[in-house]
Amino acid sequence: MKFSRKSLGIPYLVFLVLFVVLPLIVLFWYAFTDGTGHFTVTNFTGFFTDPNALGTLLYSFAIAAVTTAVCLLLAYPTAYFLATSRLKSKSVIVMIFVMPMWINFSLRITALKEVLTVIEGNLAMHPFLNSVIGMTYDFLPFMILPIYTTISRLDGALTEAAMDLGADPRTTFLTVTLPLSVPGIISGVSMVFLPAMTNYVVLDMLYNSTYIMGSLIGSYFAAYNWNGGSMIALILLAIICLFTLLTGDDGEEDAQRGGALL
Amino acid sequence: MKTMENENIIELKHVTKVFADDGYKAVSDFNLEVKRGEFVTFLGPSGCGKTTTLRMIAGFDIPSSGEILLNGSPITDLPPYKRPINTVFQRYALFPHMNIHDNIAYGLRQKKTPKDVIDRKVRHVLDLVDLAGFENRRVSTLSGGQQQRIAIARALVNEPEILLLDEPLGALDLKMRQEMQIELKDMHDKLGITFIYVTHDQEEALTMSDKIVVMSEGKVQQIGTPEDIYNEPKNAFVADFIGESNIFNGIMTGKMKARFGGGEFTCVDDVAEGTHITAVVRPEDITLTDPEHGMVRGEVTSVIFKGIHYEITVQSGKNEYVVQSIKNAKVGSTVGMVIEPDGIHIMLAEDHTNIFFADFNEKFRLAYNGKEIPTSVTRIIPGSRRLEDGTLVDAAGETVNPERIRVKIAIRPEDIEMSDDADAGLVEGNIANLIYTGDHYSYVIHTDLEQDFVVNDEYLWNMGDRVSLIMPVDKMTFTYSRK
Amino acid sequence: MKNEILKRVFLALMLILLYLPILILAVYSFTDATNIGAIRGFSLHNYVTLFTTPELTGMIAGTLALAFGSAAIATFLGTIGAIGSFYSKKRVSGAIGLLNQVPVVNADVVTGFSICILLVVVLGVSKDTFIPLVVGHVTLCAPFVYLSVMPKLRQLDPSSYEAALDLGATPFRALTQVVIPQLVPGIISGAALAVTLSLDDYFIATYTKPATFDTISTYVVNATKGSQTTIKTALWALSTVIFAIVVLIVVLMNVRSARAEKGVIHGEDK
Repeated sequence: MKFSRKSLGIPYLVFLVLFVVLPLIVLFWYAFTDGTGHFTVTNFTGFFTDPNALGTLLYSFAIAAVTTAVCLLLAYPTAYFLATSRLKSKSVIVMIFVMPMWINFSLRITALKEVLTVIEGNLAMHPFLNSVIGMTYDFLPFMILPIYTTISRLDGALTEAAMDLGADPRTTFLTVTLPLSVPGIISGVSMVFLPAMTNYVVLDMLYNSTYIMGSLIGSYFAAYNWNGGSMIALILLAIICLFTLLTGDDGEEDAQRGGALL
Repeated sequence: MKTMENENIIELKHVTKVFADDGYKAVSDFNLEVKRGEFVTFLGPSGCGKTTTLRMIAGFDIPSSGEILLNGSPITDLPPYKRPINTVFQRYALFPHMNIHDNIAYGLRQKKTPKDVIDRKVRHVLDLVDLAGFENRRVSTLSGGQQQRIAIARALVNEPEILLLDEPLGALDLKMRQEMQIELKDMHDKLGITFIYVTHDQEEALTMSDKIVVMSEGKVQQIGTPEDIYNEPKNAFVADFIGESNIFNGIMTGKMKARFGGGEFTCVDDVAEGTHITAVVRPEDITLTDPEHGMVRGEVTSVIFKGIHYEITVQSGKNEYVVQSIKNAKVGSTVGMVIEPDGIHIMLAEDHTNIFFADFNEKFRLAYNGKEIPTSVTRIIPGSRRLEDGTLVDAAGETVNPERIRVKIAIRPEDIEMSDDADAGLVEGNIANLIYTGDHYSYVIHTDLEQDFVVNDEYLWNMGDRVSLIMPVDKMTFTYSRK
Repeated sequence: MKNEILKRVFLALMLILLYLPILILAVYSFTDATNIGAIRGFSLHNYVTLFTTPELTGMIAGTLALAFGSAAIATFLGTIGAIGSFYSKKRVSGAIGLLNQVPVVNADVVTGFSICILLVVVLGVSKDTFIPLVVGHVTLCAPFVYLSVMPKLRQLDPSSYEAALDLGATPFRALTQVVIPQLVPGIISGAALAVTLSLDDYFIATYTKPATFDTISTYVVNATKGSQTTIKTALWALSTVIFAIVVLIVVLMNVRSARAEKGVIHGEDK
């Protein structure tokens, strides 16, 4: 057979179908069947009629929303100052901000836990606060990097043009720099909000026993309840799809998740 | 009523700009007066400081020293948003997140102009730039030429006292550029606003301006009307930059007689005998004749048809002449050249630095008179480097072909040493002139390659002595241009 | 100028916030204190425990083997996938691009759980074979390799491949000798990304790993729930070692790029 460049795509396509598409189909199947393989919608209706489950959903949204807001409030000035300062070796400093991403998150949360314990004494006293601090600590670089990238790529002539047309520095920031950094903000929000809804390990490690959406999957998994777990996974998937469509995030920037090295 | 007393709308006094981070002196001792309603152009090659000067007028850069006066009052440290000056940016800098109306209205909104007035003014200025009805279009849907017009409209709608234009036509194609030149000029005449225009395109500067400021290496070289600058260039740089010209180093040999370029010519400038001069001859001022009637002779090395005329290059000894002629010539034929006295512009040589040209030989070594000059390509082209595959690129990453590079070498008279030993130096010649200047002798050596070199020496040599010129490589400065 | 100082102060404060916990832990890892805040003498016993306890060394070695193994597979798959997709018809490359996006935007919990259901529950593959774990990590990493290689393919001069064919190379040789060498920077950064993602993963490992096997993440999470203080403080040492390695890598990368810049200019005059 003659070699063709196109045929190189086949193994990967097969891999994606096998391990991305097929698991999702199986997830669908399990979500809408009971333990004996019969079709049912009780997993679905059960979730939306169970006050505890709905409370979990709400709590997840609350943690994710507050974490995202705190990350944004800290990351935006950081990214903006980083992009606009006259620092000499900027790329090195950006790298120092990104470096925590390369240290295992569970070890970083361990470190944070030790420090918080010294400050607060009993961590269980402030579960929500600690969870937000933990997630912010974990996800902050993911918010800084895309915003920094967007601001530093802005054409400097645009802010000069605004000043030239009579806008003072504050107006220039509000009418030019801020609106034009929205794509970076959206990218950062989508990289923080979704993990914050599901990363229940951060809560676990900081002694927050309240469930978020991720914890539900974990508990069904521990109880070998594949059908219930699948339904939660499906609901999460739906939320993720909705979020992705809303933000119009094409994911190209997501390569930064691992802390784009080069 | 201040404006009535002082007809200079803007004055720059001893303005100097040194960048703090790298100590680079972008502009030094810049002085200029601009009258209300004038069209002034800053002209010069890239890196000459013209854009920095413009940015200081706009307020984006603050001078390191000196003063900028607007209508007689200092605005040197005033931030850009407090100056009644607007800028048309090089790559337009339109706000991509606003439509055309909001882009143009931006400046008026900062002044809290009522909405109905804004709408009226936006409509009016869109009419002016021939883009009526474009209010709701997005920036990205516009062509380069249209974006350019919007950028101009956005600045003009504020009725600035001065409009600054930073190479506004640089990104447009030739035809578009010529159209816009005429339109800009019309707009200037109609509106009566003072225009300060930055360009590196000498033709653009000559067509549009009332006054041209020629700049080089951060310094003003000449200020004058287009006619002045073309016909009476003050120095070799201006002559070279404005229009095509032949530039020679030479010496006055008698009353209104000068020797340069391998010949002796009568000129109209009365300069004392023995003075070192720079002579400029425009290509259209050289007439080709048969060899025996020429003041100098040479061999035709290339002929390029330019539409209206031929551009003919003639090699006479080591001197190269570029001639414009409506008659064709044959490559390889010997021709004579005649230059009328009023076609020769004599300038006092600013310093007596000797200038000569060298090329790279097949081994990529710099050669003159068949001798190699021990230096390297990378020393001559700053920032250049050789890629792994052997190609040479400059600091900007553009490929450089050393065979197409002409290197200009400058060396000062006191750095050249004279020797009896024929092979000791780069080139041999005879002493054609000598003057005692108080503490040393200044000699003119007429070389075998028909060039004159000025050499300073403490010791007395005799007229007509044959000497070899030793030029240490570390005393040479190199500049290069593409052939 | 005042602004510039304020900016730098803020940035410095943020860096302190980001690094303070790790640095405090690093300091305490060199003492025999079991809690932060206690003042105790210098000791290396945490490091001795870390490198001599078979449970810990085995867990570290296992995590590294998993990371480099699955990163290698992911790099291979992601790279050929990107090349194949780039040269395919729009519909095929669109499909690959879309599917590639799924694990990227999906929550790791969902990815891990769904792979567990398919392989372990439906197909009955034993977790002890390590197959679900490796498949899970390759699924996590390969899409990021794909995303790192794609921009390099777009930057490629399309005629360089054609020039190679024109000069007599077979399509396979043109690909391996002309196209792939130009993709190397993208492949390397993709591979590095794959290693970090695998090292950092907790969720996929939890749902697919053999019961007796632990990665650093799963081990640490379980250890913090337990009360074994020798293990807890040995993990402080591990955190410090990883931090030191990351710092070393960043320093080496900066030195190398600085030297590369200088080298090209100096190398010329020889």
